[in-house]
Amino acid sequence: MNVILPGAATANPVTRGAIDCDLHPGVPGIATLLPYMNDFWRDSFVRRGMDGFDLASYPPGAPLSCRPDWRPASGKPGTDLAQFRAQALDGFGTRFAICNTLYGGQVAVSETMGAAICSAINDWIAAEWLAADPRLRASIVVPAQAPHLAAEEIERLAGDRRFVQVLLPVAAELLYGKSYYWPIWAAAEKHGLPVGLHAGAMFRYAPTSNGWPSHYLHDYVSQSHSFEDQLLSLVSEGVFVRFPKLRIVLLESGVSWLPGFLWRSVKTWRGVRSEVPWVKRPPAEIIREHVRLTVQPFDVPADDATATGDILRQIGADDMLLFATDYPHWQFEGGNVLPPGIPPETLRRIMVDNPLATYPRLQESIA
Amino acid sequence: MSKHVVARVAELPPGERKLVTVKGRPIAVFNLDGEFFGLMNRCPHQGAPLCAGDLTGLMTADTPGEYQMSRPGEIIRCPWHGWEFDVRTGQSWCEPSRIKTKQVPVEIAAGEALVKGPYIAEKVAVAVEEDYLIVEV
Ligand code: FES
Repeated sequence: MNVILPGAATANPVTRGAIDCDLHPGVPGIATLLPYMNDFWRDSFVRRGMDGFDLASYPPGAPLSCRPDWRPASGKPGTDLAQFRAQALDGFGTRFAICNTLYGGQVAVSETMGAAICSAINDWIAAEWLAADPRLRASIVVPAQAPHLAAEEIERLAGDRRFVQVLLPVAAELLYGKSYYWPIWAAAEKHGLPVGLHAGAMFRYAPTSNGWPSHYLHDYVSQSHSFEDQLLSLVSEGVFVRFPKLRIVLLESGVSWLPGFLWRSVKTWRGVRSEVPWVKRPPAEIIREHVRLTVQPFDVPADDATATGDILRQIGADDMLLFATDYPHWQFEGGNVLPPGIPPETLRRIMVDNPLATYPRLQESIA
Repeated sequence: MSKHVVARVAELPPGERKLVTVKGRPIAVFNLDGEFFGLMNRCPHQGAPLCAGDLTGLMTADTPGEYQMSRPGEIIRCPWHGWEFDVRTGQSWCEPSRIKTKQVPVEIAAGEALVKGPYIAEKVAVAVEEDYLIVEV
């Protein structure tokens, strides 16, 4: 099954042939996107002097935004395609890599400007990245601030099978279960596209439910709460009942918070399920069926050999985890992309089988 | 197993429940529109007295936001943590095959028959002209 592609001979033996489900090409700046915009927006961005739509969640200079040995000699993290190929694709022997571009289109306050940036990113990534390397795939970035425009963008690009997912920030303007967002779920389900929720916020409200944190430490660690909130919203508002084929992929969510969350959601549901009678199964069962998580970061103590196995057992499903490097974000050192203690059979599923099962368009491209 | 007279039928009108004790075991007896059901008065979760819970209907929905209520009065909600149990079967709503409360058979017998035995009527004085609830424990 493992096709060793050129350059992969020296790759990491653990990851050779794996499918990397979360990587981040960098957008150098708005000038890169202008050729992919219409006259109005090309003129507007130039005349109004607007640039620097990098996400506040990932400032280009922040340590997390780029591992030191992956930082390009010049320019922003992830902007050098040659380096991206050498380090992320050849370096890990990746068979397919899913590009999740994080840039301001997804979070801009203006609906139409956000949509214009998103469309330009999608056309740019298709023309300049996907066309350059057959291993690359991408998520359709969409304006979460305008669900109807997001659905239009999905419709516009769904015919290009190299787009394998829809991408949204985990914290938007409302909880994702609200019917306001249903056009996005409908379009994604219709085209067999999972929707990836990536760490990072639109910052329309405080990133924690108790207010604004003072420090990066708090901001980043508390991201897992946003993921929990969105999962609860999707489950309790009945999104998976209404869109039974919808798949959600949590990107850069962390993994080890999941077991306690699942248990708590089941325990509470048992007592109050009659307020959400469309939730007919324990939330953990619904989440196990509809939700996948990338394995970067994987928060476990490095000196506890059994911790990872314990967490996998508590998650209770070996098809939920997807391999990811999160390149060029700084989550691990060297080639130690996963914590020790994962059984070989599970490891193989994480690397290959689970991504193929999650992304039907990857499956079809090897069929 | 033995059969015990626990109440006069007239004491337990439709929609009501009654807690009785047989061989030291508390049993909740329910009248659902003239049909009688018995459940051990012990929630399988953490042992709460089920008989003290609310009797409600079954809330269901095929799609989000379209609420339906059926089987009014046939679901008992545990007074401690709200798990729902089907009075007719003892099964929980949340995990019907795994989590259930034990059923106790209830039947009706005429006083006339009772006088002949083999029923045990420790606490209820049996009169020939009345009907009685019998539980088998
Ligand atoms: S004791 Fe009955 S639900 Fe907990």
